[in-house]
Amino acid sequence: RPFSNADSNNNRIEKILVANRGEIACRIMRSARRLGIQTVAVYSDADRDSLHVASADEAIRIGPPPARLSYLNGATIVDAALRSGAQAIHPGYGFLSESAVFAKLCEDSDLTFIGPPASAIRDMGDKSASKRIMGAAGVPLVPGYHGDDQDIERMKLEADKIGYPVLIKPTHGGGGKGMRIVHTPEEFVESFLAAQREAAASFGVNTILLEKYITRPRHIEVQIFGDKHGNVLHLNERDCSVQRRHQKIIEEAPAPNISADFRAHLGQAAVSAAKAVNYYSAGTVEFIVDTVSDEFFFMEMNTRLQVEHPVTEMIVGQDLVEWQILVANGEALPLSQSQVPISGHAFEARIYAENVQKGFLPATGVLHHYHVPVSSEVRVETGVKQGDTVSMHYDPMIAKLVVWGENRASALVKLKDSLSKFQVAGLPTNVNFILKLANHGAFANGNVETHFIDNYKEDLFGDANNSVSIKETYEAARHKASLVAACLIEKEHFILARNPPGSSSLLPIWYSSPPFRVHHQAKRKMELEWDNEYDSGSSKIMKLTITCQPAGRYLIESEENGSPVLDVKASYVKDHYFRVEAGGVINDVNVAVYTKDQIRHIHIWQGSHHHYFREKLGLDLSEDGESLDKPKVETSANPRGTVVAPMAGLIVKVLVENKTRVEEGQPVLVLEAMKMEHVVKAPSSGYVHGLQVTVGEQVSDGSVLFSVKDQ
Amino acid sequence: MIGLIGRKANLLGGSGRRWLNLAAAKAAATTTSNGGAMEELLAQLQSNVQKALAGGGPEAVKRNRSRNKFLPRERIDCLLDPGSSFLELSQLAGHELYEEPLPSGGVVTGIGPVHGRLCMFVANDPTVKGGTYYPITVKKHLRAQEIAAQCKLPCVYLVDSGGAFLPKQAEVFPDRENFGRIFYNQAVMSAEGIPQIALVLGSCTAGGAYIPAMADESVMVKGNGTIFLAGPPLVKAATGEEVSAEDLGGATVHCKTSGVSDYFAQDELHALALGRNIIKNLHMAGKDVLANGMQSINYEYKEPLYDVNELRSIAPTDLKKQFDIRSVIDRIVDGSEFDEFKKLYGTTLVTGFARIFGQPVGIIGNNGILFNESALKGAHFIELCTQRNIPLVFLQNITGFMVGSRSEANGIAKSGAKMVMAVSCAKVPKVTIMVGGSFGAGNYAMCGRAYSPNFLFLWPNARISVMGGAQAAGVLAQIEKGNKKKQGIQWNKEEEEKFKTKVVEAYEREASPYYSTARLWDDGIIDPADTRKVIGLCISASLNRAIEKTKYGVFRM
Repeated sequence: RPFSNADSNNNRIEKILVANRGEIACRIMRSARRLGIQTVAVYSDADRDSLHVASADEAIRIGPPPARLSYLNGATIVDAALRSGAQAIHPGYGFLSESAVFAKLCEDSDLTFIGPPASAIRDMGDKSASKRIMGAAGVPLVPGYHGDDQDIERMKLEADKIGYPVLIKPTHGGGGKGMRIVHTPEEFVESFLAAQREAAASFGVNTILLEKYITRPRHIEVQIFGDKHGNVLHLNERDCSVQRRHQKIIEEAPAPNISADFRAHLGQAAVSAAKAVNYYSAGTVEFIVDTVSDEFFFMEMNTRLQVEHPVTEMIVGQDLVEWQILVANGEALPLSQSQVPISGHAFEARIYAENVQKGFLPATGVLHHYHVPVSSEVRVETGVKQGDTVSMHYDPMIAKLVVWGENRASALVKLKDSLSKFQVAGLPTNVNFILKLANHGAFANGNVETHFIDNYKEDLFGDANNSVSIKETYEAARHKASLVAACLIEKEHFILARNPPGSSSLLPIWYSSPPFRVHHQAKRKMELEWDNEYDSGSSKIMKLTITCQPAGRYLIESEENGSPVLDVKASYVKDHYFRVEAGGVINDVNVAVYTKDQIRHIHIWQGSHHHYFREKLGLDLSEDGESLDKPKVETSANPRGTVVAPMAGLIVKVLVENKTRVEEGQPVLVLEAMKMEHVVKAPSSGYVHGLQVTVGEQVSDGSVLFSVKDQ
Repeated sequence: MIGLIGRKANLLGGSGRRWLNLAAAKAAATTTSNGGAMEELLAQLQSNVQKALAGGGPEAVKRNRSRNKFLPRERIDCLLDPGSSFLELSQLAGHELYEEPLPSGGVVTGIGPVHGRLCMFVANDPTVKGGTYYPITVKKHLRAQEIAAQCKLPCVYLVDSGGAFLPKQAEVFPDRENFGRIFYNQAVMSAEGIPQIALVLGSCTAGGAYIPAMADESVMVKGNGTIFLAGPPLVKAATGEEVSAEDLGGATVHCKTSGVSDYFAQDELHALALGRNIIKNLHMAGKDVLANGMQSINYEYKEPLYDVNELRSIAPTDLKKQFDIRSVIDRIVDGSEFDEFKKLYGTTLVTGFARIFGQPVGIIGNNGILFNESALKGAHFIELCTQRNIPLVFLQNITGFMVGSRSEANGIAKSGAKMVMAVSCAKVPKVTIMVGGSFGAGNYAMCGRAYSPNFLFLWPNARISVMGGAQAAGVLAQIEKGNKKKQGIQWNKEEEEKFKTKVVEAYEREASPYYSTARLWDDGIIDPADTRKVIGLCISASLNRAIEKTKYGVFRM
């Protein structure tokens, strides 16, 4: 089908303001630039030097770091668009992308909102309204009963109608309180009464709703696209089942292990859903799929470009941002449903700054080293560059790694390879975790489902009691520590030989490699601290003695008895690239180093392995250490009972006062960071002391919040 | 080895420059039999060095560690720039010198860079007799100070010593070159603007207390570092006062109250870090015009065309065998490029210009007995080098000046005196390496210890004595025979042989490099393969000062 001309050619978009930040802002600007459209970035004070600002033709400040004062401030953004002369605003995802009010504000200001009509946003934003509309349009919904009639006989009838297993859920509350899964009709009454009692006790309201319980759910969503001429088509589905904290981490397209028939049904349902709200632009219809019965049910519709849109782009060979702009320009979709291709397989891994071991808590910090693999089939969508800070103000996603292959297996190989080459130093990330996930047999088989991480947590988080694997892990770490030592000393020599310290013109022979000693060999000592991530909280100090030998060779001994001496030859290539030879094996390795607070942080990547070490720098003093009563640096952790902030964030609730008695596990504070609330609980029973934070206060990672003492 | 030698012979031929004397290469090839003997000498050297490096032994080392103290070489490693070289001096001082072993003479000395500035380190070894000063300890300490004064190197004293070794006080305390000279040197060097820094890492008793007290700046470690003129036992005996070492002379007292020390260190690592900081802040740059700034140093240099390791097989272990000194020169100078001066005249002395690690040097090496012509050539060449501020390298392998009536009549004594005059007065840096024999007046003319070369090192095969053992035995036997004859005693052949053997044995023992190095007649024995590096480091250290003008005395014409 040929492109149909837009109605009003004189109103074509020539300049777009991107009302977002991070990778999506960069992504949108890239497409716009290709189309010859100028771009305007907006930035908060925290983002002044960020990549999306540098990527735009011009950039406008919209306020202080907190999102509600900047990226969520619709009026300021519209004002910025008008000032810059942009004709359109692309909202990206998150922030204002699903704000009907903002879409309306754009329209009222004669700015094209690159997205769906405000009405569709409004309809789909309301959970119960959306279900009603979808039900009317014939889109399957999770069978359930939401009625006011709470009579037990009526409830049982409804349960029978839904079919077992059935989920009994209090209408109020959350956190799983009062929820019951009923597998057989015989259990129903007892479970129902228990749920009612628990709901009454916990929430004061005992109304209950019933829903079909899906034992092995998958999260499959369909990318749909509509234009302003009433055309709607789907661009196949994505599987986003693998989630943590209800957030996706690996998405793929097409969904594995589904039939063409099932795919067609899903697509039709999604198109019907979009048509029911007169949808245009990009949208996603999310379904929950029951892998036991092969049924699918509507969950919700996202009226925006999704984070994971690249996987769809990779298998259909289209640029969805370009489509959004075309549609906003009033053009018709460039393809018909039958022309939509499906080629190969794509994965997307979301790389987050987060503490996997601390329950995937968001992390903040500086990207001291950031090196990512890119090729025609490996896309890295990123909004940050080396040296940037991942702050507490926004989403901690660092990048999206998108790979494409001829089929799922070959795409998976690329995903694993790219993950092992994804180098981030300076803050904790989930790269290792995703790599482990991608390496899991069940994932390779496509046995994905929403509970994947939970089901395989023993494999994914490792088993601290498995002494064999602990020993192996330790040995591997020690080997890497040896390589690190050789590489760092070799690089030091490389630099010293070219640039001797001090301003004098001292002959380079004083810094020859190996350092000269009369009748013996120069030795170095290095103490590298290593955390065993499988054995959370345990860290080991590896004490190495390195004997410098000619031609970049180093003999490395560790203090452990019986451990063999390792002969490592290291050559420094450039930047962070090294080539090492140990035990006859030659490898390329990458070593990134940064120093913070008198500690040298060292990362090494070799093959599919990444290790991280810390080295205390005691020697070269930056400050005066001569004061007589200089307090010793507190090396031990805080005293028992002290509670520190698990992450940087804002105090949103203080639930108890000083000196009140609390029970173990009782919530004391609520902290918010990166759109998530985190409840800080009492570590033991006792009395709260030293609680000084107040609502609205910003706390930093690791700062002391309060302590619980016996008295 | 044979295959390696001459491998690069024609590599750069035809450019007119002499890269290789083929005869020398052949000579080298025929002397490869020395390899085996040299391996033995090196093995013996290594075993002696290992004993010295072990310090006071495992027990003492363990005790030292239990006090959170490092060993002296580890302390120096912490002070040095990471990855830098350290030219240790007289590692085998005190070797078999006293009844009891005194590894390294109880003190580690040497030169290395700190923040890019070369320093002289003097570190007591507390594991060796509590770091007390034996006579040889004092000598080694003074030698380090002498080099520092000569090369204008800041001195860093790592003090951990019980002071003079009392049983030998007569040889340690009273004389000019004894204990007191250490403080005299400190004062004089300080006056000349050569920084004196003391890190008090252990005890520092009695006379030793003056090392930090005389220093420009000093650091003390809390707990381990103590300074007092008299320790608690002596105080109790003298005055009855009972006081702990820490309260009597600990870091707190001296940094806070007495002002004997300037920097308070929490622990040893902290003290060493403070030491590095002090040197960082010296700012001597404006004080002296460094000689190396005036020299044309090529920072880009070529390695020799021949493997330096071949020096091990070249070194003559049988000193009667002649070998071409050029085969040594070819393996120590940049690109094996040696421009010979007066090649055809006085051929038993080889003189010429070359560079070592980019530093210009004038090399004087022996290729046989010194004749009139050789001595004159030597004196001439030394004059050339002093005129041009070119450091001198002496490669000694000398049995002496030619004797006999013809020589005497030709005035060999006069010619020799000219060379000795030139050597004595030359104010350019001088480095002497004894690669073979060093006998008689040859030792003088070729810049032996008495002529104050900045540095003097031996190869393990070197021999030093006033003459060969056999010759001495011959001379002494004749005199003895005369004496006996006067007394009317007939000396039978057997007795005479016994007498001679005794003399030869004594000479053999006293001519040994170990006998020399134990007494600090040199700055150490080196592996021939390290020669190029050691000369390079020595010259670099020697150039750490302003140029001095040479003025000669009266040459007897």
